[in-house]
Amino acid sequence: MDPRYQPGDRVRVLHRNQPGHVRTPIYVRGKTGVIERVVGPFPNPELLAVGHSGLPYKILYRVNFKQGDLWDDYEGTIDDTLEIEIYEHWLAPV
Amino acid sequence: MNIGSRQSRRAESGDDMNETHEHSHVHEHPTHTHDGKPIQEDELPPLEAQILETSVRELLIEKGVITPDDIRRAIDERESRTPALGAKIVARAWDDAEFKGLLMSDADEALKDFGINMSPMELCVVENTEDVHNMVVCTLCSCYPRPVLGIPPAWYKRRDYRSRAVREPRAVLQEFGTVVPDQKQVRVHDSNADLRYLVLPQRPAGTEGWDQKKLARLVTRDSMIGVCDALAATEIAD
Repeated sequence: MDPRYQPGDRVRVLHRNQPGHVRTPIYVRGKTGVIERVVGPFPNPELLAVGHSGLPYKILYRVNFKQGDLWDDYEGTIDDTLEIEIYEHWLAPV
Repeated sequence: MNIGSRQSRRAESGDDMNETHEHSHVHEHPTHTHDGKPIQEDELPPLEAQILETSVRELLIEKGVITPDDIRRAIDERESRTPALGAKIVARAWDDAEFKGLLMSDADEALKDFGINMSPMELCVVENTEDVHNMVVCTLCSCYPRPVLGIPPAWYKRRDYRSRAVREPRAVLQEFGTVVPDQKQVRVHDSNADLRYLVLPQRPAGTEGWDQKKLARLVTRDSMIGVCDALAATEIAD
């Protein structure tokens, strides 16, 4: 199972409304960040939560966002960042 | 779990109130009776998930899949974990460069020595430096490195911490007494999926030559969540 993205790649989190046990918080949907690391394959939580095996596994990444890209009125400094885990099927290349 | 009796108890107190009340104001959620006695239930009515858990647990026991003692042991094991374990790990990382290298690159391997198994999660250790201050939150629920730090503090699970830590981390840190200078980056980690996070605080100045046991006394739970630094060397007695 080869990861589609590598550390340093710019990615956008998909902006879709999806009911159920989704681990992609709304505040990062539609936002652009950079792959921090490839964590590896994990069972898909959206399927696990409803009694399935979680197969096929999804590659999980840690994505780094500039806080200023997440919040228009962010009050910290421009270097402040946020890192969060996003599964591959929630990412698109930029 | 005796749900029925709890409901009927509430119904009784409601009837009681209606009979004795002649006032116009509404008591939808009464907190006291009119002679000043508090109305308090020992526990809230169970959530659907709690009823489900009880049912599944009782079925598994009835079918002989697990025993009540298995459950008790599992709870005991979970609750016996305390931040003292995390403090030992941090102290060793401060003292032993090779261990620190392994902890940063493959935490699960490094933690085998401490009898910690994170599976099916993985531990991710993030290091505070002169340039970076790390802070951990789980915005979606309350994911926490329980095998390393035990049960999370109540504030970690609150909606205000969970929403504000990603939105205005510096303000939240300030409320914990932690002022991060502007030249230092604040890096928030949203623990939203399969990793769990442990902050490796900076080793305080003036601790050269200290053994790991003494170093561990500087490492607080909150410093490993990243809402503050480790204690200063002067803050502990010899």
